[in-house]
Amino acid sequence: MSIPDFHDRLYTRRLPSAVSLLPVLEKLLTATLACSPTTGPTFTGLRCKECGHPYEAGARHVCEDVCFGPLEVVYDYEAIRARVSRATIEAGPASIWRYRDFLPIQGDPIDVGTGFTPLLKANNLARRLGLKNLFIKNDGVNMPTLSFKDRVVSVALTRARELGFTTVSCASTGNLANSTAAIAAHAGLECCVFIPSDLELGKVLGTLIYNPTLMAVKGNYDQVNRLCSEVANTFGWGFVNINLRPYYSEGSKTLGYEVIEQLGWQLPDHIVAPLASGSLFTKIRKGFDEFIKVGLVDDKAVRFSGAQAEGCSPIAQAFAAGRDFITPVKPNTIAKSIAIGNPADGPYAIDIANRTGGSIAAVGDGDIVEGIKLLAETEGVFTETAGGTTIAVLKKLVEAGKIDSNETTVAYITGNGLKTTEAVADAIGAPYTIEAQLDSFKAAWQQVQAQH
Amino acid sequence: MAIQVLIPTPLQKFTNDEATASLEAASVDALIDALDARYPGLKDRLCDEGGKLRRFLNVYVNSEDIRFLDNQQTLLSDGDEVSIVPAVAGG
Repeated sequence: MSIPDFHDRLYTRRLPSAVSLLPVLEKLLTATLACSPTTGPTFTGLRCKECGHPYEAGARHVCEDVCFGPLEVVYDYEAIRARVSRATIEAGPASIWRYRDFLPIQGDPIDVGTGFTPLLKANNLARRLGLKNLFIKNDGVNMPTLSFKDRVVSVALTRARELGFTTVSCASTGNLANSTAAIAAHAGLECCVFIPSDLELGKVLGTLIYNPTLMAVKGNYDQVNRLCSEVANTFGWGFVNINLRPYYSEGSKTLGYEVIEQLGWQLPDHIVAPLASGSLFTKIRKGFDEFIKVGLVDDKAVRFSGAQAEGCSPIAQAFAAGRDFITPVKPNTIAKSIAIGNPADGPYAIDIANRTGGSIAAVGDGDIVEGIKLLAETEGVFTETAGGTTIAVLKKLVEAGKIDSNETTVAYITGNGLKTTEAVADAIGAPYTIEAQLDSFKAAWQQVQAQH
Repeated sequence: MAIQVLIPTPLQKFTNDEATASLEAASVDALIDALDARYPGLKDRLCDEGGKLRRFLNVYVNSEDIRFLDNQQTLLSDGDEVSIVPAVAGG
């Protein structure tokens, strides 16, 4: 079966809404982290990504006993391998929870239908760019708040509830605030979120509608993040991207799993994804690696390329200079959702791009707007500025000969354009206003023809 | 000169659970030494063997990242607030 045929079948089919477990088994999904072959959590604790020091699976995110490196969840991959197959995954719900054995939760998830978004075969855009096998992973239609952040927040809030938090919070460039507020509302958790005060109106409204407490901080994202670290120190809240970060970030792995499954249980040749903190990029890689490790997909080389906006490109600058460390920058770009001047996972993103033979490139704000329009006009997908950045960098890399036309390439679109209409309002056409009369339409239609 | 230092939770085991400390220091480097003198062992946690701040730690003087100032040589004056913050991911 060809990849497009498989994709069409997968995309149109409806999947069962939930895994049905016997009640007695559900009761066994308790607070213990002991693994059994068929049920219970598959994670055993946390570990420092830098020095390997082990920690219990609590609310902590840095290696506080040794080096302050980031903590990662540790899994029992033998237990996962024993209980998971392509068939068990395919029988799961049409959400990220079909991969729950790869996610750090103990009991029932907060399932708001997040994940399993379309993987579109983008033939028109491919033709325009000179590619043969291009796919768009469209998380602009992710549920419930139209960005990939619903994946990470679904995992983080499930874990927050398990750890006993009653108030959840985040520092956000917009999408994360939307998602945290929405899923907290669904889960009945108190919510207080922090954003830079200059965000797009759609992202502010798209948070306030869920009635959280919203703090608009006079400063950029990095300043918001610093403030939130200090609040997390003193208020005892569950900050999804701070003290819950090891769990939160694992949600992004599902963007790797889904692409493998939607390509017919194959890896792509090349992926292009936006880079903000660098976390998403590293977790897509981890998702691929885990499916290889447990035998769900055959190993092969996949090149990883990252996209930044020139107005906030500390990772692209370090990559171009051959550095393995990040020099922070002060953001100045319309791509606010990826405007992180001090990206914590930047060094890991550079390492992945280098190891896989990928690239990291940046594009200007004008190119980002053109990228948004190009994706909309060729594929009917309206993305936000982060997606425009990804498409513009995809185009740039193809033109520079850094993506081969025969490579099966997946571009990750992580957010929805209806949230950032300001970015394109001055760059698109206007309606023809006419009377409700045939003559008026005919006159306008003549104008249209003349202009084409 | 009194400098107010905000201590992150992971380091408060060194400071008897105090979230702030008031110290005298003329620069960030001097402040790290002053912290270590008062709370022995703290410098080893903040810095690597070469005395350089660990790469996953961010230090801010009056909300400004010291990498935009003069790094560990950044001068301090009376009333400055210094914040030590482990790096976090976001979005």
